[in-house]
Amino acid sequence: MLIFTYDKSFDGLLSAVFEAYSRKQFPDMLLEEGASLPLFYHEIISIVSDSEKSDRVWKGLKKKLDETALKQLMACWLSELPEVDMLLFRYIRKTIDNQRSIELNFGDPDVLEVVKISRKVIHERLRLLQFIRFQKTGDDTYFAPMEPQFNVLPLAIDHFRDRFADQKWLIYDLKRKYGYYYDLHEVTEVTFPDLENHHITGKLNEALLAEDEKVFQKLWKTYFKAIAIKERINPRLHKHNMPVRYWKHLTEKQ
Amino acid sequence: MNDAVLEKLRVLAESAKYDVSCASSGTVRSNKGAGVGNTVGGMGICHSFAEDGRCISLLKIMLTNYCMYDCAYCINRRSNDIRRATFSVSELVELTMEFYRRNYIEGLFLSSGVVRNPDYTMERLVRVAKELRTTHRFNGYIHLKSIPGSSRELVNEAGLYADRMSVNIEIPNETSLQTLAPDKNFKSVFEPMKYIQQGALESAEERKKYRKAPRFVPAGQSTQMIVGATAETDKDILRFSSDMYQRPTMRRVYYSGFVPVNSYDTRLPMLKQPPLVRENRLYQADWLLRFYQFKVDEIVDDAYPDLDLEVDPKLAWALRHPEQFPVDVNRAEYEMLLRIPGVGVLSAKKIITARSYGKLGSYQLKKIGVVMKKAQYFITCHELSMHNTIQEMTPQGVRTLLLPHSKKKVDENQLILPFVF
Repeated sequence: MLIFTYDKSFDGLLSAVFEAYSRKQFPDMLLEEGASLPLFYHEIISIVSDSEKSDRVWKGLKKKLDETALKQLMACWLSELPEVDMLLFRYIRKTIDNQRSIELNFGDPDVLEVVKISRKVIHERLRLLQFIRFQKTGDDTYFAPMEPQFNVLPLAIDHFRDRFADQKWLIYDLKRKYGYYYDLHEVTEVTFPDLENHHITGKLNEALLAEDEKVFQKLWKTYFKAIAIKERINPRLHKHNMPVRYWKHLTEKQ
Repeated sequence: MNDAVLEKLRVLAESAKYDVSCASSGTVRSNKGAGVGNTVGGMGICHSFAEDGRCISLLKIMLTNYCMYDCAYCINRRSNDIRRATFSVSELVELTMEFYRRNYIEGLFLSSGVVRNPDYTMERLVRVAKELRTTHRFNGYIHLKSIPGSSRELVNEAGLYADRMSVNIEIPNETSLQTLAPDKNFKSVFEPMKYIQQGALESAEERKKYRKAPRFVPAGQSTQMIVGATAETDKDILRFSSDMYQRPTMRRVYYSGFVPVNSYDTRLPMLKQPPLVRENRLYQADWLLRFYQFKVDEIVDDAYPDLDLEVDPKLAWALRHPEQFPVDVNRAEYEMLLRIPGVGVLSAKKIITARSYGKLGSYQLKKIGVVMKKAQYFITCHELSMHNTIQEMTPQGVRTLLLPHSKKKVDENQLILPFVF
């Protein structure tokens, strides 16, 4: 068994593709550097991420795949699922080896799997746009914590930058411990090592909130209750549309 | 913002909740850095879901629930003794902005009871929209209800600020409408609809000449019908919707299962619960009209004036037309693929592209997303055996197989005493 180890970055994956073609040796397994090795293998090749190599592979892919397929590859990568790197490797290899683009060949299990995973990721992005709730803090920054299933925050930032262009905001991924802050001019990536201390319940410490924040939260909760039609109560549909795992950060569900 | 506003919000949301529409789709407006908000188009964004499972995309609210009309089906009718409240324009504008900034909502869906006269009411609705758009540079979604009987000038002004406008037809038959809503008639509903349509078409013409000419109700209009309050059959309702969809700018017809809010009114039927299954079947039929290239007469006709409550309308059509099946998925046209029960728009499109790479078998079809439980009786593919299609099984046989199984098993040896009082 041939193993490639790499740094678990997308660049690294593309560099691995480049290396494989230049060595004419294709891995049976991709592992993160330092990960524990399987019992039996006959060779390990350590891949160094090289933006020149990865750019060349990406350019090659661009020639064969259209915009949607490239987006799907990116989305798949952001799913962070354990086997996804090998899946992408096979997909890219098939793309390179085939004369005709494979992106629409839904009879191929790898193509279908990529489409499926990317659809899940895109869906999770949509959930982010739907269920993020901002709380206004004392210094007029709107703060939204969240814990998405996949690493979709980078895919959602453009949306929020356009929508909330005239307010400062901070969206923070508590699971992956990073976030984006918008200061009315540009968006920067931020990390707060000690954020969790005052963030046990998913709510900010009340002392940090703006004066009228509580009022609007109460108004929203009232509205949420009032808009439901009692004769049609349907908890199953309710939970299907708004899965319980998002409730923690939903103002109206607290 | 104080407790008085809180109470108003509660009262006016409860008054507005029977309106079905909550779409925030159909128009794209980017923010361009000045002001707040954008509209994403596509499918719109639902920000929350109420306990009844319906989406909350827009702040669906009434400006006032005082009303001079006395429509039998409406909770806000004049003769009802309920709490009444009125928002001031500035209160409502502030609520919308603050909710929007917290990502609670996608925009505003504003409706109102009729006070003094239709124009007075409409003018106040327009003022809210105008203030949001001009003073606050709000780029989110605005859906305005056009008050039946309001003047052309006001509808024209409203159209400049709103993304979508709607006039509810409520009852698809003029006689029934006048029995239940003596203050309304078809003219009062169709006139504003026509104004909206004309405004939108004129603006489209203008925009061909001047790219920057203002947009008029870019997401078109919608309407709503109550189902189960009057004797109309599904045929009447769907024919009506089909006519509606022929009109330019009409994007959606909503169906609202009748909730008996005024049970004392003897003009209305007594229902234990809203006709939810019928409502669902109507939506399915509506989808067939809009996305599956069905004609209304194929779904309901004089022989079958009502939709089958046990199976969905597409399956019902297929069972009535066994001569059309089985369909060979590797050859059939897109139009025919769409008609196979268990194949949706997405899977039909996928089949078309995927089969150019090679023949599809049942395994691939399943992976593509075809509901094989239904589709197996209506298709032949690469390897599927030919002896369990609708031809061999007969429509009646297929129907029995596809009916939902009742969960309770009835023991036939057990005596059942009907509960009679």
